[in-house]
Amino acid sequence: MARTDIGPPDYREMLPEVIKNNYGKWRYHEITKPGVMKHVAESGDELYTVRVGSPRLVSIDFLRDICDIADKYCDGHLRFTSRYNIELMTPKKDNVDPIIGAVKKLGLPVGGVGDCISNIVHTQGWIHCHSSATDASGLVKAIMDELDDYFIKFKLHAKLRIAVACCINMCGAVHCSDLAVVGIHTKPPKVDNSRLSAVCEIPSVIASCPTGAIRRHPDKDINGVEVREDRCMYCGNCFTVCPAMPLADSEGDGVAIFVGGKVSNARKPPMFSRLAIPFIKNNPPRWPEVTNVLKKIVEVYAENSRTYERMGEWIERIGWEKFFRLTDIPFTEQHIDDFTFATQTFRTTTQFKW
Amino acid sequence: MAGDTPLLDELEKGPWPSFVKEIKRAAQKNPAANDLLGIVELSYKEKITHWKHGGIVGVTGYGGGVIGRYTDVPEKFPNAEAFHTVRVNHPSGWFYNTSSLRKICDIWEKYGSGLTNMHGSTGDIILLGTKTDNIQPCFNELSNAGFDLGGSGSVLRTPSGCVGPARCEWSCFDTLDLIYDLTQTFQDELHRPRWPYKFKIKASGCPNDCSAAIARADFTIIGAWRDSIRIDQSAVKEYAAKGLDIKTLIVDKCPGNALSWDNAKQVLSVQPDDCLRCMHCINKMTKAIRPGIEKGATILIGGKAPILRGAFLSWVLVPFVKVEPPYTEIKDLLEKIWDWWDENGRNRERVAECIARIGLKEFLKAVDLKPVPQMVYHPRSNPFVFF
Repeated sequence: MARTDIGPPDYREMLPEVIKNNYGKWRYHEITKPGVMKHVAESGDELYTVRVGSPRLVSIDFLRDICDIADKYCDGHLRFTSRYNIELMTPKKDNVDPIIGAVKKLGLPVGGVGDCISNIVHTQGWIHCHSSATDASGLVKAIMDELDDYFIKFKLHAKLRIAVACCINMCGAVHCSDLAVVGIHTKPPKVDNSRLSAVCEIPSVIASCPTGAIRRHPDKDINGVEVREDRCMYCGNCFTVCPAMPLADSEGDGVAIFVGGKVSNARKPPMFSRLAIPFIKNNPPRWPEVTNVLKKIVEVYAENSRTYERMGEWIERIGWEKFFRLTDIPFTEQHIDDFTFATQTFRTTTQFKW
Repeated sequence: MAGDTPLLDELEKGPWPSFVKEIKRAAQKNPAANDLLGIVELSYKEKITHWKHGGIVGVTGYGGGVIGRYTDVPEKFPNAEAFHTVRVNHPSGWFYNTSSLRKICDIWEKYGSGLTNMHGSTGDIILLGTKTDNIQPCFNELSNAGFDLGGSGSVLRTPSGCVGPARCEWSCFDTLDLIYDLTQTFQDELHRPRWPYKFKIKASGCPNDCSAAIARADFTIIGAWRDSIRIDQSAVKEYAAKGLDIKTLIVDKCPGNALSWDNAKQVLSVQPDDCLRCMHCINKMTKAIRPGIEKGATILIGGKAPILRGAFLSWVLVPFVKVEPPYTEIKDLLEKIWDWWDENGRNRERVAECIARIGLKEFLKAVDLKPVPQMVYHPRSNPFVFF
């Protein structure tokens, strides 16, 4: 029997010497060039970090390649960021350029620090998920191919964080990102009553629906449920509790785009992302309609924002009315909320712009 | 067999590193990875997922940590018929030494597809794709190597935090140690599901919130200080000399109007009572401005994505708490929250939705906290009070 409940390894075993020596005693840091940070400790010790983009879905041989670089230049240590970047750290300034050379040789980008686009937080999509309405890895690849320059160079007035979730469960919790792409279904579940009662608890299925759209099937001879399609908002919560309610659909699935969220408290408090585009049909392998509009939003933001202004701060300053005009995105009835907190979003002032 | 994959091949082109190349790299050694290519190509062609719903698999003694996954096209791709995910609890701050990381690679070469996510959204190392018979021996070897499974299902999910004092001058408490300690203390809650739904803990060392704790964690711990920011006037002068427009870019952007700039004397002053601890001036003048000395954290509750009643950002629960080992105050609070939620929560109801349904007032009583103005933006505007 293996030992259970041992928990993760002690983080102290994983720290490089320079960090052990200066733990909690860092004085300041600066960004010396794209993807490179220099931290200086109260002791005067320096630590250089090279941030490297990764596709998140990586082979073990990829990890071994990175370990080789870390063994050669970083005393056998490395870390990852919450956005799947790899960070290679060294106390030696002279190691920085060789590290950059080594990762570029592997075809990996260096960047993502400071006023730029960092790696995209995302979910599994068609790689591994049963409820996905789109792929995640492919969307991320297509988007970052288009916006790569914003990762490796400083072209923005503030950081810009992008997230992709392959369904509205939002495993990546994308709801507070500057730009978010969310997979959505637009067709109600196709109920399979021939197996529903065998694989699901009917009361749980009925209770799972946030809009009360599911009820017992009116035909007494059918031991199953019926969906009142006009009430269904395609959230998929019923499918999560019951596999006999699939709602993925080749033609009905696609993505929505949300903008203007953030989690940092700097200047303005954290903000939710808000709907910019209700639906774009899936168009793999490169989703050009999605990448084009994201590029457009980023370019308009880069051109019109002020120094240090995040996407959401910029939109708040110019007003949503101007955001839609500048980006040429049509405002439709779908942009007006009709869910739980809808009335909080209705404007209650005569203050607005044209 | 995967056969030709013309659609996925498109995603090998372009400047950003390609996950397709990575699958192909694993596929050279592993038939399940090769069949994964075929399954994903089929999804790209048909614009629909080919993974079935769930499946109960796991290791002895645990109720989670492994996500069962089966394809709906096993006849075409028999090597990936079962393609389960193993979630492995990461070390705090996602720091590794290469020998540990290489050990994981070797174990996954032996028992799995050779594909991983470094890391999943919650923070675990994700080992992607293995068959049922390999799960227990894989876990045994991971455990021998000093690793354990992370959370899945209606459990405490793997806690995670920012880089903290390991490499950040702003961290107001030891995020790595707190996360490690909470993870070790609550192993039972992490491995054996018994709650209404999932529960996430994240810790960020300062209000920049690099771990997105306020949006992504039911229990959010964000570093804070009670006293004044510290300003080094000689460093301020250096920033001014280098051309930073302190008036426009720092003072005017202060959300509390707490800063003032004397251009003649080149002195930046702060009115500490007006400071909202937003981090803006500290972020932009790293050499000149630092958080205060009386450090701790703000605890907030309820952050989650929109399923089901809508998205929530976490709500302030404890405006300021000292965060020091053995973290008794935080652990006691967590236990009280779980007791109440476990008793009152409905199936698949996150703690924030439970609080929204029953009321913050009742919740505060249950967890022995007194109401304070920091908990709300403003008091209620209606007179319908229960006395």
